[in-house]
Amino acid sequence: MTLAQDNKPRDILTVEGLKAYYQMSYFGVDREVRAVDDITMTVRRNEIYGIAGESSSGKTSFIKVLAAALRPPFRVVAGSVKYDFASGPVDVANATDAQIEAIRWRHLSYIMQGSMSVLNPVRRIGRTFEDFAARPLGLRGKAFEDRVVSHLEKLKLPADVLRAYPHELSGGMRQRVTIGLATVCRPEFIIADEPTTALDVVVQKEVLSLIRDVQQEMGSSVVFVTHDMSVHANMADRVGIIYAGRLVEEGPTRQMFFAPKHPYTAHLVASLPRIGDTTQRPALEGRPPSLASPPSGCRFHPRCPLAIDKCKTDVPPLETVAPDHRTACWRWQDVKPLVAPHAAHGVPA
Amino acid sequence: MKAYLLFALKRFIQLLAVIFAGCSIAFVVSHLSPISPVESIIGRVSGQSSYSPEAIKSLRDTLTELFGLNVPLHEQYFNFLRRLLAFDFGPSLMAFPRPAMELVMLAMPWTFGLLMVSTVLTWLIGNVTGGLAGYYQNSKILKTLGILAIAVQPIPYYIVAFLLVIIFGFFWPVLPISGGFAMNVRPAWTPEFILSVLHYSILPAASLVIVGIGTWFLGMRALVSNIVTEDYVTFAELGGVRRNRIVFSYVIRNAMVPQLTSLAMTLGGIFSGTIITEQVFGYPGLGSLLVTAVNAGDSATTLAVSCIAVIAVASAIFIIDLVHPLIDPRVRAE
Amino acid sequence: MFAVLRDLVRYNIEFTIGAILVALIVTFACLSFFSPVDPTQVYLAIPDQPPGAQYWFGSNSRGQDMFWQLSFAFRNTLTFGLTVALLSRILSIGVGLAAGYLGGWVDRVLMFINDIFVAIPIFPILILFYFVMRSNLNGFTLALVMACFGWPYDARLIRSVTLGLRHREFTRQAVFAGMSPVKIMLQEHLPYVMPIIFATTMANMIWSIGLEVTLAVLGFTNINIPTVGTTLYWANNHSAMVVGVWWWILIPVIIVVLLFIGLFLLAVSLNEYIDPRSRLRRMGA
Repeated sequence: MTLAQDNKPRDILTVEGLKAYYQMSYFGVDREVRAVDDITMTVRRNEIYGIAGESSSGKTSFIKVLAAALRPPFRVVAGSVKYDFASGPVDVANATDAQIEAIRWRHLSYIMQGSMSVLNPVRRIGRTFEDFAARPLGLRGKAFEDRVVSHLEKLKLPADVLRAYPHELSGGMRQRVTIGLATVCRPEFIIADEPTTALDVVVQKEVLSLIRDVQQEMGSSVVFVTHDMSVHANMADRVGIIYAGRLVEEGPTRQMFFAPKHPYTAHLVASLPRIGDTTQRPALEGRPPSLASPPSGCRFHPRCPLAIDKCKTDVPPLETVAPDHRTACWRWQDVKPLVAPHAAHGVPA
Repeated sequence: MKAYLLFALKRFIQLLAVIFAGCSIAFVVSHLSPISPVESIIGRVSGQSSYSPEAIKSLRDTLTELFGLNVPLHEQYFNFLRRLLAFDFGPSLMAFPRPAMELVMLAMPWTFGLLMVSTVLTWLIGNVTGGLAGYYQNSKILKTLGILAIAVQPIPYYIVAFLLVIIFGFFWPVLPISGGFAMNVRPAWTPEFILSVLHYSILPAASLVIVGIGTWFLGMRALVSNIVTEDYVTFAELGGVRRNRIVFSYVIRNAMVPQLTSLAMTLGGIFSGTIITEQVFGYPGLGSLLVTAVNAGDSATTLAVSCIAVIAVASAIFIIDLVHPLIDPRVRAE
Repeated sequence: MFAVLRDLVRYNIEFTIGAILVALIVTFACLSFFSPVDPTQVYLAIPDQPPGAQYWFGSNSRGQDMFWQLSFAFRNTLTFGLTVALLSRILSIGVGLAAGYLGGWVDRVLMFINDIFVAIPIFPILILFYFVMRSNLNGFTLALVMACFGWPYDARLIRSVTLGLRHREFTRQAVFAGMSPVKIMLQEHLPYVMPIIFATTMANMIWSIGLEVTLAVLGFTNINIPTVGTTLYWANNHSAMVVGVWWWILIPVIIVVLLFIGLFLLAVSLNEYIDPRSRLRRMGA
């Protein structure tokens, strides 16, 4: 880390009171899905921040807002998403298209879920690189190609891939190409949506370490989303848990795994398979609530083993319970890890 | 490259099969005819002046031999196939003794010119506007175009052509509604003649374009509204790729692949449209020739036009098939 | 089935408009059953009367009341379109199901034939048929010939659906239960392709009616049977537009265009109901 970076503010991203809803009207019936409901959080420079949650918990919607990838009927209703880039601060929740265009790829890039269909099937990889990166890099022709080739080398991709079509590459190679696309401009902030979900386990590991290496080399910040807790355990500096459109707990990875302070986190952590552990896993009852009509009070209360009457009526605030560790639970002091720490082989010590 | 040649060979065999089957159907149908071409010529000749029965008999024998009718049907069929290789369909009845193929060759450039220009225009305009309408779904102009396309699209060629004749023939006579070029221009490669041909082709071409464009517009719009939700489009948008580049190289480019296949499948229908359009506008192409031949009971010319139509449409489909792998890299790899 | 129709009417404006248009025209065609006049007779009415109280759609130069004349014409045209659609459905269902379910060389042979039929331009062939049969070419024969050319595209569509069904659990179960292939195709797979068959029926009717009109306008059908096409043929024959009997042409054209739009909207909305991704490719002619 250089001195110059030390002088900058610690946080590169500050999200405050963010609400983003899907607002639809079908034949006169209005429907509102509160996919992101009052989230406040920050991401630091040079940090990997993992976001976890079940499917349809709103985690993907949340990072869509972070990536400024909203399409009607999905809209930001309230709050702000402020980035502090080298080129100046931008609030992507309230920015003009031109402002967003100006930061795309140069400062803010995105790795998409599903490597199969992320690349234009009728375009050579090299042309795709030109489309994405030539403008932000301000390079053309030979200079541009040299830059791309040297970047691909870091990702252990041969220069030949530039002349290939996506279908000629394997799944792992395609995902590396996608990561290459997202990182070739050395952006300050990278958002990754389930970057490893479609890949087999061996390739998964490769891709993860690749993202880590690139991030460390460039000093970028990464926010990534996955439902796979073991990926968080291996990758993230800090983890945030989203449940029913809300951030319910956030903290350093080790603390989240060994000393969760929210019953939902405790369940997610306990669901991780561990070698040699043959005990029956306590299953979480019920399904995630509908975001169109979420439960009152704490949204987790219908499924929570610790729920009391207060949970049904009052929304618990996200309060700091340890350094860097925040949770939104009335009974956080009673939350116990569901597995003994010594059994947690999946987590790096 | 080897895979491509194999693919091309397979398509070529298919082309031959289509031509063989189509021409055979045409042959079988035309030889069910109760009207003997020989008798009708004799009828025409003997109606004009009196001949001795011997003279008529020898004329009949000569003509029967000339039309190749003196052998059993299956032999006629083999003769037909053999002569098909040389594009020899025998003498025409209505312009006897000029070969039917000669009439076809005279008419062919008109039809092909009209068909090619209008099909390419229709396909390009329909696909690009449809693609834009699928991408910019909130545009008022493009929405109106969509409604227009739905209204015009199912109308048969005849009615559109006829409406154009009514409009430009009776209400607003600014464009020629009949013929291939102006009467006072000598057909030669002069600028005057070419301009006249272009001038006279405006309405026939317009009727073909108007009818055809809706299909491509609607098909493309439906395709594109699916493609815009594909990951690679979203990714390109997030990647800050220029809007024009996304619309043309990502969205429309991908939708072109199925639209090209569709083009091959609709060529037969487009050809039917040309026949009727030519008839309505008195355009001197294959369609007009076919209608005249049918009315004159000229079986050789009718058969010739039908076979040439089969061969032309099948060849056009073959060419499109050959182009297909070039625009879709995924087919190339197979 | 009823619920599907109700939802289509409620949520799909295209379907509603299409259904109303088609229903109106079918009703109009059915009126011919109560017609006081014989459509083949001429000079029963005062010729060249514009639309008015006595003759709602006017009368033509042949002394026919256009209202009843058109009612018969649309009955014949609709019957013709339905006949072609039904006959070609039988062919396309047979070929599509067999190719999709049996696969292998059956599939290859059938699809090879299919591709040949797609590539043959039908219009010259139809003209050849007229050339040979002249006025013996009645509506049913023409329908039969057209049906022979109207199946390939839809057969391919049905085949692609059946291909997907072949690997589904219930097919395997039926095979293990010892059901014969014909029974599996008809009892298990046919219901799945039914919606496609409905949608393609509309598209096919547009196609066949369009071709019939085109042929008849050229005089290449039996011109003594009143259809939409022959009505226009007679109108042209009497230079209706030149002598100012515009209603002779305009009214049938308007009604037939409304019929086409109605059928098209029905096909499109049914198609959207079946599969939002699908689209109608063949709408030519």
